[in-house]
Amino acid sequence: MTKSDRAGKPAAPKWELKLYVAGQTAKSLQAFSNLKHICEVHLDGEYHIEVIDLLKNPQLAKGDQILALPTLVRKLPAPVKKIIGDLSNTERVLVGLDLRSRNTKVGV
Amino acid sequence: MRSRKLKSIKSEPLRIALPKCPTGIHGLDEITFGGLPAGRTTLVCGGAGCGKTLLGIEFLVRGATEFNEPGVCLSFEESAGELAANVASLGFDVDDLVARKKLAIDHVFLERSLIEETGEYDLEALFVRLGHAVDSIGAKRVLLDSIEALFAGLESESILRSELRRLFRWLKERNLTAIVTGERGQGALTRHGLEEYISDCVILLDHHMTETVLTRRLRVVKYRGSTHGTNDYPFLIDSEGISVLPVTSADLQHVASNERVSTGVAPLDAMFGGKGYYRGSSILVSGTAGTGKTSLAAHFVDAACARGEKCAFFSFEESANQIVRNMRSIGIDLQRWIDKGLLHFYSSRPTTFGLEMHLVKIHRILKEFEPVIVVVDPLTALLHSGTAIETMSTLLRLVDFLKEQHITALMTTLTSGSDAQEQTEINISSLVDAWLLLRDIESGGERNRGLYILKARGVAHSNQIREFLLTDHGIDLREVYLGDAGLLTGSARVTQEAKDAAGAMSARQEIERKQLLLARKRKALDAQVAALQLELETEEQESLQLVAQEELKLKQWDQARGEMARSRSVNAVIPKGNSGSARPQRGRK
Repeated sequence: MTKSDRAGKPAAPKWELKLYVAGQTAKSLQAFSNLKHICEVHLDGEYHIEVIDLLKNPQLAKGDQILALPTLVRKLPAPVKKIIGDLSNTERVLVGLDLRSRNTKVGV
Repeated sequence: MRSRKLKSIKSEPLRIALPKCPTGIHGLDEITFGGLPAGRTTLVCGGAGCGKTLLGIEFLVRGATEFNEPGVCLSFEESAGELAANVASLGFDVDDLVARKKLAIDHVFLERSLIEETGEYDLEALFVRLGHAVDSIGAKRVLLDSIEALFAGLESESILRSELRRLFRWLKERNLTAIVTGERGQGALTRHGLEEYISDCVILLDHHMTETVLTRRLRVVKYRGSTHGTNDYPFLIDSEGISVLPVTSADLQHVASNERVSTGVAPLDAMFGGKGYYRGSSILVSGTAGTGKTSLAAHFVDAACARGEKCAFFSFEESANQIVRNMRSIGIDLQRWIDKGLLHFYSSRPTTFGLEMHLVKIHRILKEFEPVIVVVDPLTALLHSGTAIETMSTLLRLVDFLKEQHITALMTTLTSGSDAQEQTEINISSLVDAWLLLRDIESGGERNRGLYILKARGVAHSNQIREFLLTDHGIDLREVYLGDAGLLTGSARVTQEAKDAAGAMSARQEIERKQLLLARKRKALDAQVAALQLELETEEQESLQLVAQEELKLKQWDQARGEMARSRSVNAVIPKGNSGSARPQRGRK
């Protein structure tokens, strides 16, 4: 059902991420690898990624109000954030994850 | 589940006749000659508050309840709860339909500020959600309301546009009949040009303000592969959903009945050749204020209900209760017909909606209640809510509709005192079959009512003005006053009748006197004749005596002469017996 990728401590991770995809498309694979890379670099191992394939579980799309694919949902830390696209624009992903301010281009 | 990636477009099967999907919405199926194109997408566009969502929801609800076609609503603006609450006021129980798996509502919520776009994406999740909802209840109908919200929620318009194109194609391939709503844009049907993608059927909703009265209108802008009504059709949203008023057939095809219905007033029936109005005809009763128009209508209704016919009374001036009370004062009890369910009153203020709205309402009531007699009292009240041309055409529709339904309609109009009596404000005389005119007749310090038939198509009718009395047992028509003083009413009539009676009496006495005189004269003459007769007889007697005397005298004279002659022959003449032989004797001697 879900693909888990656990890195870091077994305790509740600081970052709880969900990646919604529909099948193994080029875009979803691209998104996953981009996400993995960003997490490795910026989240210091304190994250948990759950990949949800809507082709297998279409009913899950409703709960998180998923419309576009791929969508990355930041469940934790609150508030919930959504990032859509293949995550190829790292700058914007970081902005979306609140790791970087929208205006200043200075890293955290 | 199989992949929903639809890269290739399947060729559409050839359609011989365009199959249609009935909406179940009053009037809309008539305008579109059967409904929306089945298996295709229809765009419903219009400004804010036009009723787009409602039309869509009603399409789904009617589909689920009347045509056994479950439906899915993808709502981009309102949550399922909000939608259910909104349409509950229209009598739709959305929650129940959802529970019975006849309807699925999915609220698609998109907040741009919470979304970061980071490269390539598509809207596959939308397809997933829609597909899931459709499959879960076996939906045949889909509503996307309003998909344009996506334009506000997503940054990349190019992706969105290509995805929308794909969505509409997807709907078509799944053979789903869909309604997509869109906000009216500047100079275009929709703000974001949805009409580019949806080319099968476009319905435009609109509203007009005419002097503070709002009229909603619907127009089928386009319907590929089908004929459709092209006009602006007024429609109504009320406790039973949407009702569109289709223009009735332009051709006059209604069947004319030979049956007659009583006017409810026996002397008035007599004026119509003893039988009353034609069934299915339209009757106009016009008159100035207080001339008894409503009373005449009440009589008509009362008589119809007594025959067991259903009547609908549309009142625009008085409440049902007030009419019932007032009619009781002239001895008509309408309440019993209301209690029996034969008579329905529909009272509303004319200013509540525009003229068309009233007509839509009337249409719907007529379709539901199916009366055979309809009263509109007064028609004039409706006229303040439209321009003259509009009014004329909408009334034409009403009269046409009533005739088509074979309903006998009595409409009253109020003419103001200053107007020409024979002119209704709206000149609808040409539309009606019979026209009764009630008028005031002022004379001798009092006001009386007069009634006459201005026209009655195909009916021999009296040409007389009748005096019209409102008594405690209803309307009474007085015989026409036929004196040499013209039409007299009220006290003047009574006076004149008394005068006439007196005149007749003296004439009778005069005749008697004359007859007596004549008899006397005859007697006198008879006596004279007798006297003369006597005289004649006397004279006759006298002359006869005279004649006798003379004859006697003549005889005596004759006798005397004979004796003289005899005496002379003693001397010279041979006696009578021997006179032949006297001479020979003498000779022989």
